[in-house]
Amino acid sequence: MIAEIGRFLVALAFALSILQLLSGWRAASTGSAPAMRIAARSAYGALAAAVIAFGLLIILFLQSDFSVAYVAGHSHVDKPLFYKIAAAWGGHEGSMLLWCVMLVGVGAALARFALRQDEQLKNRAVSIQGGLQILFLGFLAFASNPFDRLLDVPVQGADLNPILQDPALAIHPPTLYIGYVGLSAAFSLAVAGLIEGRGGRAIAAALRPWSLFAWTALTAGIALGAWWAYYELGWGGWWFWDPVENASFMPWLVAAALIHSAIATEKSGNFAGWTAFLAIMAFTMSTMGAFLVRSGVLTSVHAFALDPERGLWILGIMTILAGGGLTLFAFRSGRLGHGDGFALTSREAFIGVNNLLLAAVAGTVLFGTLYPLVMTAFGVSGVSVGAAYFNATATPFLAALLILLPIAPFLPWKKDGFSRRLAVRSTLWILPGVLAGLWAFLIEASPVAIAAAAFAGWTLAGVVTDLWYHRVLQGAAARFSLTGRVLAHAGVVAVALGAVADSTGRPETVRALAEGEQIEIPGFTLTLDGVRRADGPNYLADEARIVVENGRVSELLPQRRYYAAADTTTREVAIRSGLGGDLYVSLGEPRARDSGEIAYEVRVTFNPMVWLLGLGAIMIVLGGTSASIGRAMSRRQKGMVS
Amino acid sequence: MRARSQRLIMVAIAGVILVAAVGLALIALRDAIVLFYSPSEVAAEHPGFGERIRIGGLVEDGSVERPAEGGANFVVTDGAATIRVVYDGSLPDLFREGQGVVVEGAFIPSGDFEASTVLAKHDETYMPPEVAEALRESGVWQGEGEQ
Repeated sequence: MIAEIGRFLVALAFALSILQLLSGWRAASTGSAPAMRIAARSAYGALAAAVIAFGLLIILFLQSDFSVAYVAGHSHVDKPLFYKIAAAWGGHEGSMLLWCVMLVGVGAALARFALRQDEQLKNRAVSIQGGLQILFLGFLAFASNPFDRLLDVPVQGADLNPILQDPALAIHPPTLYIGYVGLSAAFSLAVAGLIEGRGGRAIAAALRPWSLFAWTALTAGIALGAWWAYYELGWGGWWFWDPVENASFMPWLVAAALIHSAIATEKSGNFAGWTAFLAIMAFTMSTMGAFLVRSGVLTSVHAFALDPERGLWILGIMTILAGGGLTLFAFRSGRLGHGDGFALTSREAFIGVNNLLLAAVAGTVLFGTLYPLVMTAFGVSGVSVGAAYFNATATPFLAALLILLPIAPFLPWKKDGFSRRLAVRSTLWILPGVLAGLWAFLIEASPVAIAAAAFAGWTLAGVVTDLWYHRVLQGAAARFSLTGRVLAHAGVVAVALGAVADSTGRPETVRALAEGEQIEIPGFTLTLDGVRRADGPNYLADEARIVVENGRVSELLPQRRYYAAADTTTREVAIRSGLGGDLYVSLGEPRARDSGEIAYEVRVTFNPMVWLLGLGAIMIVLGGTSASIGRAMSRRQKGMVS
Repeated sequence: MRARSQRLIMVAIAGVILVAAVGLALIALRDAIVLFYSPSEVAAEHPGFGERIRIGGLVEDGSVERPAEGGANFVVTDGAATIRVVYDGSLPDLFREGQGVVVEGAFIPSGDFEASTVLAKHDETYMPPEVAEALRESGVWQGEGEQ
């Protein structure tokens, strides 16, 4: 019964989205107040239906109702409560339902909060968002319905892939999806603005807060995913340039370009067309990410549930988004208007170059990610592009970004702004740059990494100067904005330094150890003290006690778990974090020696200064949040004045 | 500065960055491309020693050896040909006999394939597309669709 109600609610949300599309369109075209009310209420109704449907799916998981195919495929009677709930979005159908919940959530938020002073544009955007909801809810209802029943009801359930049974992975997809789907607001507002023939400034002002929020969530989602990969997959890495990772990195880059270019467009009308173009591309890239993850067209280390038919659906949706959006853009971009113009050393010029560099990275990542697909289309199958390509293409552009970043905040809008004072100031930043380069040299980084570290040092000095120089800014809104900018920029520096440190990591050491035997890596001696059973609620486990000596003695307890329901083995790594880096130990398969002893495979790596990456990600997310707060406050102040 | 010349300069910068991006991408791609071979294709085409390639197929039943000092050796098959793989790393948790695997590495003079990376599936229903195709070509597998 519950599953049938769920099906009905999905259909209801779909129907309400059609109503939202039509009445929103009518409200925008005629200014009809009743149509506007209907559009808004359809949006709220669709949100309520989708949220309740999602709640019902969770109830089905709590009841372990295995007559529902999706529950049977992703849960098990023995699964701990928290993971029964998280399994609701752990597989394809449930994650698409979550995607739809967020998409209708954006629709309702647009109807409620967007553009109180321009109802025509708002209604048009609500209507467009209704169209997006129809596309994805249609996909959900017809090709990936989580409420489909099974004819043969299993007794126990197949269980979710156990590596997905993890706290970080329970919150990683929702966070990532807020980011992906949040970009739909920028898409709808840009398309609505093009239809309405609004100027670039109005469009940029409308989509800025949504883009900033979505980008911040996307950053958090990617960081959580990288963290999960780091400690759960047991490979000791956090970024592999895998298609699934690139799928989230490309919308992140496009959205990063968007939140910068939209500032310039709102300020002086410059880059109006470019900003609208980025807004259309950002959500298109998000959808392409979903396509790459869900279709399985590329061999990925993170491939999950895969089905080519579903891939075709998402590809179709993506074609509609990109084709429709860009066609409209081609016909209407003339109405966006020209900006005020700007000088070569104005802030606009630097934002322009920032955008070109981000676009270059996004373009090369896109090319490398899709290259195997393109080759397959030409009849050459089985080509893959290694991480070396992505490192070689992305690093120079990202380094160039770091060089220009600290100068921009000191430049005025529109006017030439390069003064002797700025020249002196930026010369002083060379010293920290040299120090950072020296540090990279001492930890034996490659020449490219040394250069990157030097640029990061220069940037950090500039960011600190930005904070110091602008500390006199008046008003809470300006302070929040400044804090946001400084935190996010410093966070980028921390991630860059973390990547430099990471590149100096040594290869793994793998050895089978019997009790009492040792592994030595530079700085550490690890001794296998013993292995004991440490079974959990739905798994059996071996836990090794490994004694670590490096001046002082500590112990690490990596586990190897066997989940009977899924017939799958996983490893729980043990990590000892320090300022210098993480000692990262995982336990592999046991093997019998000729002597009859049992030796356990132990894998050890030392990952230098991983904390820099986590710190950087947290700073970027806090920076984005702070900038969002500053933006909201300044709007409220302006609203009170006018 | 006039709007026109200012726009020209931005276009020029965009052109430089575009050329740099395309140039870098093409150069980097040459070194980073890894070709996929099925065991039968290896037998027919003999990729050279040290050339970095990927091989995919099924892990032959009963072929996995776990040397006492660590690492693992196993045989990858597509039904028509087999390749012995030596690996001194730690096998992924989802590695299983009789199931699909992709290994990346190079042939060594002994004739074995030395893997630097072993990719096993993350999901019961997942078969890497290249492996599915290789198995279909050798006739080992008549599964429907891409399952």
